[in-house]
Amino acid sequence: MTTIDAPAPAVAGPTTLTFAKAINQALRDAMTADDDVLVFGEDVGTLGGVFRVTDGLTRDFGEDRCFDTPLAESGIVGFAIGLCYTGFRPVVEMQFDAFAYPAFEQIASHVAKMHNRTGGKVTLPMVIRVPYAGGIGGVEHHCDSSEGYYAHTPGLKVYTPATPQDAYWMLREAIADPDPVIFMEPKALYWSKAEVDTSSPVEPVGRAAVRRPGKEVTLISYGPSVPLALKAADAAEQEGWDVEVIDLRSIVPLDDETVLASVRRTGRCVVVSEAQGFAGVAGELASRISERCFHSLEAPVLRVSGLPTPYPAPMLEHTYLPGVDRILDAIDRLQFDDQPDTTFSEGARG
Amino acid sequence: MRDTLHETSVEALLPSPRPVQLLDPTGAPVEQSGTRRPYAMPSADRLQDVWRHMVLGRRFDLQATALTKQGRLAVYPSSRGQEACQVGAIRSLTARDWVFPTYRESMALVTRGIDPAEVLALLRGSAHCGYDPLAQRTAAQCTPLATQLVHAAGTAYGLKRRGEDCVALGFIGDGATSEGDFHEALNFAAVFDAPAIFFVQNNKYAISVPLSKQTKAPSLAYKAIGYGVACEQVDGNDPAAVMAVMDAALDHCRSGRGPFLIEAHTYRLDAHTNADDASRYRSGDEVTAWLERDPIARLEAYLRASGLLNDDQANAVRQEAEALATDLRDRMNTDPEVDPMSLFDNVFASPTPQVAEARAMVEAEMHAEMQAAEEVTR
Ligand SMILES: Cc1ncc(C[n+]2csc(CCOP(=O)(O)OP(=O)(O)O)c2C)c(N)n1
Repeated sequence: MTTIDAPAPAVAGPTTLTFAKAINQALRDAMTADDDVLVFGEDVGTLGGVFRVTDGLTRDFGEDRCFDTPLAESGIVGFAIGLCYTGFRPVVEMQFDAFAYPAFEQIASHVAKMHNRTGGKVTLPMVIRVPYAGGIGGVEHHCDSSEGYYAHTPGLKVYTPATPQDAYWMLREAIADPDPVIFMEPKALYWSKAEVDTSSPVEPVGRAAVRRPGKEVTLISYGPSVPLALKAADAAEQEGWDVEVIDLRSIVPLDDETVLASVRRTGRCVVVSEAQGFAGVAGELASRISERCFHSLEAPVLRVSGLPTPYPAPMLEHTYLPGVDRILDAIDRLQFDDQPDTTFSEGARG
Repeated sequence: MRDTLHETSVEALLPSPRPVQLLDPTGAPVEQSGTRRPYAMPSADRLQDVWRHMVLGRRFDLQATALTKQGRLAVYPSSRGQEACQVGAIRSLTARDWVFPTYRESMALVTRGIDPAEVLALLRGSAHCGYDPLAQRTAAQCTPLATQLVHAAGTAYGLKRRGEDCVALGFIGDGATSEGDFHEALNFAAVFDAPAIFFVQNNKYAISVPLSKQTKAPSLAYKAIGYGVACEQVDGNDPAAVMAVMDAALDHCRSGRGPFLIEAHTYRLDAHTNADDASRYRSGDEVTAWLERDPIARLEAYLRASGLLNDDQANAVRQEAEALATDLRDRMNTDPEVDPMSLFDNVFASPTPQVAEARAMVEAEMHAEMQAAEEVTR
């Protein structure tokens, strides 16, 4: 066991951090606040994780608090369940989205159901961190958008932050939550930088954020799709549309209120997700909105999503992934009554 | 490369060449020779105690099977014939140790002191788990095979981290040793030196599939060696041997030497569950042969021959067993009341708006039904 050095001092007040560093800081602060928080997984110790998210935790907190495990995902998650029985709060890392599947049995049959199976006697205050989604040119099985599997399983909370600020506070809240949380980290955003205030929480998890107010179209996004939706909204503005962008922040729980209020105001909605569209989270949103805002809708709710194919080899990922143009096309298909005679043309969208 | 290997020699891990036996099927003591460790006969009062609990356990098991015929239990996987394993293992533990049972371990849980009606909640269909796992230090009975063993490994490690001198005992059947989680659990427990005991009840069948289609290993105990886990095989119909081997395993775990695996050779006398037809895959002769190795009769013969059990004592225990069965039958005779609204109670510790919404919908449905019923009676 390494000796426990004093943990790095908590960062006070706003500071600029990458998304990955914000998660690292959240882990540090949670570990400092509560000795029962344990971080483990594959390569999370000395190496600090393949994305360096757990960088320095073993050095600063010791091998008892942040440690490498055998290479076995089901084992990692099941072991975490066992540790919960003795009062620990495990935060485990699945190295990449598609490598969490060996643990799916433990996640779906036990993590999700333990509280229910035991009549509320056992809670599993664990967090399963899943670096997910694409856009990084990863080889096969490194780019899956697996949020739908988890969101479809009652008993799991599914968070997916899109900003360093959210990454920090949502992880702190996930660790404090008595319920198990699948914490989906968009890999493509790990290196994005922004100001993070670690001294005061953002809105509680469960509230969506309006990232850009607008009056004519609601663009719903989450995780890796938030920056894309914002880009598309800017482009649409050039073309004369006033687009509101919502970042769900968590899929479970889902903030129906913010979503429905927005669509009732705008009457038009596009849901953007990197996951393939069939039977997924975007479809769920489309049907919720149709069920509840039917009379406010000027057009059907549309989805712009990944394609119904396995995530492709890197050279094709830009065809696979939803892009600004597909979103603009969808906005076109919302059939505005007063279609302005705008300048946008096929060519302008490449 | 040397530093990547551990000091333990393979010899120190190996099981005895033959299953450890202290009493032969007639109840005569067996001279110990050739076992990997010395195994001492448990004390007289422990043997009396385990015999009593086996009698109670079997009576409970028969009653549970009867309750399926009366439609009071949806399903019951019997463990008749496996008393030495389930009762012997549990009676070797302290109340502070943890237990990770499967659907088959109802008898073990009753032996643990959990109210039989609470144990049967799962199989009755009124709840997934009728008892409080934290209070009983007994995880919910687990149906997805082998998954509970990884939890046992994690809890064993947690107990060690907390400085508690306790073990986590995980039960598993022969078939489930083929599942990945069995292997992950052994490996995790070994790597973390976790005080976990993996107790394999090799009852020869996984539903209909015989052991020969499950493994080519010379014995299931051998599976431990590859993980650096010490192991033993034992006559699972010899309660004295099961307890002696449990004692060794507990001593191993409690002295910080990591996990231990026990393979108990036993037999499932009844079908997989009351819903299964065992005649489709095994012969009556086979069952008859195993009836002759009855663990209760075996220990009873020994106790009587040693002057540790007389007719009066035996009758008292059998009466106690009858009372247990009667009480259980009476308590199971009423329909359990399950509040439909409890569906929504424990999905999350802090519920989501979506669960709250579904709850409101069912509440409204029930309210409407009640009003309609009131109107009919008016
Ligand atoms: C993962 C999984 N696969 C299949 C089943 C269905 N199943 C229930 S019991 C059983 C056989 C188990 O045999 P064994 O491990 O030998 O235990 P035994 O029932 O004999 O105690 C099977 C296949 C299950 N419960 N879980």
